[in-house]
Amino acid sequence: MDENIALIIEWVLKAVILAFGLITGFAYTTYYERKLLARIQIRIGPNRAGPFGLLQPAADGIKLFFKEELIPAQAYKFIFVIAPILTMVPALVILAVIPWGESFELFGRQIALSMADINVGVLYILSVASISVYGIVLAGWSSNNKYAMMGGLRSTAQMISYELALGLSFVGPLMLAGSMSMLDIVRAQQETAWYIFYQPLGALIFYIAMLAEVNRAPFDMPEAEQELAAGFHTEYSGMKFALFTMGEYVKMIAVSVIFSTLFLGGFDGPAIDRFVLLGPLYLVLKVAACLFVMIWVRATLPRLRYDRLMAFGWKLLLPAALFNIFITAVLILLFDLG
Amino acid sequence: MTALQVIFLATAAMILFSAWMVVTRRNLVHAALYLVLTLFGVAVLFVLLEATFLAVVQVLIYIGAIAILMIFAIMLTRRVASDDTVVANHNAGWAAMLAVLVFSSLVIIMGAWSQFTTFASPLTRPGVPSNELGQEIVAELGQSLVDPDAYVIPFEVASVLLLAALIGAIVVAWQKDK
Amino acid sequence: MIPLSWYLILAAGLFSVGLYGVLSRKNAVGILMGIELMLNAANINLVAFWRYVDSDSIAGQAFAIIVFAVAAAEVAVGLALVISVYRLRKTVAADEIDMLKW
Repeated sequence: MDENIALIIEWVLKAVILAFGLITGFAYTTYYERKLLARIQIRIGPNRAGPFGLLQPAADGIKLFFKEELIPAQAYKFIFVIAPILTMVPALVILAVIPWGESFELFGRQIALSMADINVGVLYILSVASISVYGIVLAGWSSNNKYAMMGGLRSTAQMISYELALGLSFVGPLMLAGSMSMLDIVRAQQETAWYIFYQPLGALIFYIAMLAEVNRAPFDMPEAEQELAAGFHTEYSGMKFALFTMGEYVKMIAVSVIFSTLFLGGFDGPAIDRFVLLGPLYLVLKVAACLFVMIWVRATLPRLRYDRLMAFGWKLLLPAALFNIFITAVLILLFDLG
Repeated sequence: MTALQVIFLATAAMILFSAWMVVTRRNLVHAALYLVLTLFGVAVLFVLLEATFLAVVQVLIYIGAIAILMIFAIMLTRRVASDDTVVANHNAGWAAMLAVLVFSSLVIIMGAWSQFTTFASPLTRPGVPSNELGQEIVAELGQSLVDPDAYVIPFEVASVLLLAALIGAIVVAWQKDK
Repeated sequence: MIPLSWYLILAAGLFSVGLYGVLSRKNAVGILMGIELMLNAANINLVAFWRYVDSDSIAGQAFAIIVFAVAAAEVAVGLALVISVYRLRKTVAADEIDMLKW
């Protein structure tokens, strides 16, 4: 019985730390993005609230908290209210299967540095990611507004299309590691090399598809301000709007974590076998690098036209992903890697 | 009553209630959302049946792809799928009778089967420790789908069917230039 | 412990509700949803039989995978038909699509 209670306490603690870390991470990702964009565009960026503008996220949060919340008269109220929650929750739970390090000993217990190491971890990530489409499409539909509706429909089409390429680019690391458990994939990378070296094409496809999956520039079609007046969240204000932004940034962090785990060796790094607790630190550094590239892309590339975006996904990215699987399989057979 | 039984009964109630809502709601988007709830309940049942892989695939394919496609189709045809249309056609009475008949005859026929109330024996594979059992079953499933002695022919037929459906869907929905 | 009968009765109920939906819905997308319910009922049965009667082999799960593929194919073609009919006739009510009936 004591064992069970200790296990529950361990899970609750890990869940709270993970959720809290993600929410802090969200706040400082917005700051990171604004500062970096400003630097790229030769501006200074937020610098008023606190030293170097470090309190800017808190100021933004307080502002959104006190804003008036509007619900359009013709909206479908229940769905209008749950849609932001539906975007936020998958983004938070998706990271449950990510390993942050090997297990270590504390108070005589083996503490694993992951919430759950399930044997279909990769599929779990894909299925949770596919649920997050609902929040956007329902937000667009329940607002009863033509721009919101168009934004919702566009983003659904975009996310479904790019999910295929995303799912197929998972297959490469999966075949190399011979397992769907994220921990096994990281261990396999520790033994050989990071999979970005084995799977350069797969990593590129994954990165492009994940930009589309989280609706980042140059694929920020669903919220294209100039044509759709912010798309699916046109009618949202106050905390509900904040939840959408939060969902978007947490998803950015989540896909960066997944990319780092699958292709950049996860928590792997120098001296990791002696100091287990360096694992989370290495992972955070890799995630920061991934986010840097995302922001850089946003600052550099213009938005794609909608038909080009769909054509790119279906006619180039999907065949390339299939080709990558084929080549990987042939090479594994030839060199007996698997 | 064990915890498992409570979970099963709650899930079953949710599945049947939301399935009923799927076939009776006026607003088709609401019906589709209840369909999502039903599909999710079925995924929970798969977990109870220790078929984790199928549960995850159920969420991925049914909820992530099929249901969202349905919502898409409903929105594209939204002018006629709105709230004021009649739900049921004139066959509804006959349909209800037939459904009740099918249900009762299914239960009666299966009730006569000797293993109707059998209990599950623990899932085992010779020589595999219990913490690697899930992995082992997924591997077995994958191999049986490409094994000439098992299900490679149904698998290939299903892939041809999917390809044909893909091409068929594109051809049917193709909008010719006006 | 849950006896097999619970799963079978639930699946029979789900199948019947789906059958009612298929026979009574006017909207073609609604009919497709009923078919999905019936396919899911079949899948519950397949996996339950696998677990309770035949858990030494993998047949039940393999069949369930094939059912997934069939469901995906069915919904893709079905929805393409619905959208194409909607373009031609501006309706998706199954009993108004009667071009072949005089």
